[in-house]
Amino acid sequence: MSQTVETGTPAEVVPAKKKPVLSEGKRAERRLGWLLCAPAAIVMVAVTGWPIIYSVWLSLQRYDLRFPDDREFVGLSNYAAVLTDKYWWTAFGITSLITVVSVIIELVLGMLLALIMHRTLVGRGLVRTVSLIPYGIVTVVAAFSWFYAWNTDTGYLTSLFGAEAPLTQQISSLAIIILAEVWKTTPFMALLLMAGLALVPDDLLKAASMDGATAWQRFTKVMLPVMKPAILVALLFRTLDAFRVFDNIFVLTKGANDTSSVSMQTYNNLIKGLNLGIGSTMSVLIFIAVAIIAFIFIKLFGASAPGSDSGGRR
Amino acid sequence: MAVIAGSTASRKTRWAIIDIVVVVYALIPVLWTLSLSFKTPAAQTDKKFFPSEWTFQNYKDIFTTNEFLRALINSIGIAVISTLIAVVLGTMAAYAIARLDFPGKKALVGVSLLIAMFPQVSLVSPLFEMERNLGLFDTWAGLIFPYITFGLPLAIYTLSAFFREIPWELEKAAKMDGATPAQAFRRVIAPLAAPGVFTTAILVFIFCWNDFLFAISLTSTTASRTVPAALSFFTGASQFEAPTGTISAAAVVITIPIILFVLFFQRRIVAGLTSGAVKG
Repeated sequence: MSQTVETGTPAEVVPAKKKPVLSEGKRAERRLGWLLCAPAAIVMVAVTGWPIIYSVWLSLQRYDLRFPDDREFVGLSNYAAVLTDKYWWTAFGITSLITVVSVIIELVLGMLLALIMHRTLVGRGLVRTVSLIPYGIVTVVAAFSWFYAWNTDTGYLTSLFGAEAPLTQQISSLAIIILAEVWKTTPFMALLLMAGLALVPDDLLKAASMDGATAWQRFTKVMLPVMKPAILVALLFRTLDAFRVFDNIFVLTKGANDTSSVSMQTYNNLIKGLNLGIGSTMSVLIFIAVAIIAFIFIKLFGASAPGSDSGGRR
Repeated sequence: MAVIAGSTASRKTRWAIIDIVVVVYALIPVLWTLSLSFKTPAAQTDKKFFPSEWTFQNYKDIFTTNEFLRALINSIGIAVISTLIAVVLGTMAAYAIARLDFPGKKALVGVSLLIAMFPQVSLVSPLFEMERNLGLFDTWAGLIFPYITFGLPLAIYTLSAFFREIPWELEKAAKMDGATPAQAFRRVIAPLAAPGVFTTAILVFIFCWNDFLFAISLTSTTASRTVPAALSFFTGASQFEAPTGTISAAAVVITIPIILFVLFFQRRIVAGLTSGAVKG
């Protein structure tokens, strides 16, 4: 992330120094480029950049909307309060657990689904169409479906598995939350992986097959290395997405029995508790956590990071 | 992996079985919601997957309440306006990124990548406070702004991938014939790019239609509450009745556009999602 910013700045300076005289057409092209990008850039920065700075400012204050007169600058004490709070760390642990488990399951199932979509001999269109439904469906709608499926009053699955009120216990609740997440996002993962599969040359697979490689060897030795960039992109997108899990938890458990995620905690403090100081502190902490995850992934990507070669140099 | 010895027929059967597993996997929660929406109140708790007695009462109920209708109008209005603006702005930026050479391009791509990964919940606290001060809280505009912002990276990525596929020579030819870059954009590239723009619009619309976090945090009344947020405020016909049937009926209604998109534009959606993510 910081890479792109770094490379952006010199590019602005260098050409101006090297080529002080730009042709008329070149200058028109630049102007048009800036003109076309300006509205998008302004909106994006105004709605994300400024609020993030503002939330850092809010996080340094005691600011509870129920007692607006007590508003004052308190330095880092909100951070101390959140970081010593056991509910925050429970939520952080739960969020990490949900993220890691669901992304791993999604990677395996997504790879299977990608292979199916890529290779099936019959009904390829049907399989692709149908797998887009979980991707497109409103998360809350799917969450309600799972809620009613596992609810003791209405659930067909509770009686099927003989489970007793699974949504009132922590472990089974988490399992259901992960199930809901996996169901919803596996197709998206599969589509990203399928794009990587399409890059695997058929000749290479045939050659490997001729040389006596088994199906598993062809998969691990030929397909996986070629697909590595696609896999990393899919993992990055899904990890960051899973880390902000909110909708499913909100509908399925409302965060009861220690199933709350960091997003749920922020929502509860902000909208229910009306505590802007603490809410903003959590917002900033989540932002930092996500930035760290993204940074690790970008390091792993190396040169294959999306955007690193995306100048679109024709 | 698929190259397993065996006659074509048996391989086909095997694939057909695998396909069926996938179809069942993808459809079960949808069918369950559909089934609940057609069950009578008494049958809601019978735990059977299919309703034994069908009723349209739940649909009649939601369409006679102001709560759902209002939320549906909000959902459609907010999603359509956000999509339009995001796609127009995104098209302009993506064209510049794909076709023009100008400093700061990489920074823009970097920023939009950053926003695509941005934890939305980090924006909820500051936006909540800012929108209250600006009078945008609980208005359409209050949701449209964040939706445009998160729709834009999606639009820019998908569209710049599409734009790179467009034959470059045509634009050159137009310029050769005396068109300015702006004219080349309007007359030549825009019509060629229309399918890509349309696909992007679908993807952005799905994002806006789907959102729950902003919808529930930045609204407080039916004035701007969208359907996903409104669902969790549904109450039963009486206080002794769970709103299972009405929630399910409303859920089915807002799933219809998604199903239609998927049925009619499957190929394009797949192309849009994969090109934006991998080539981006």
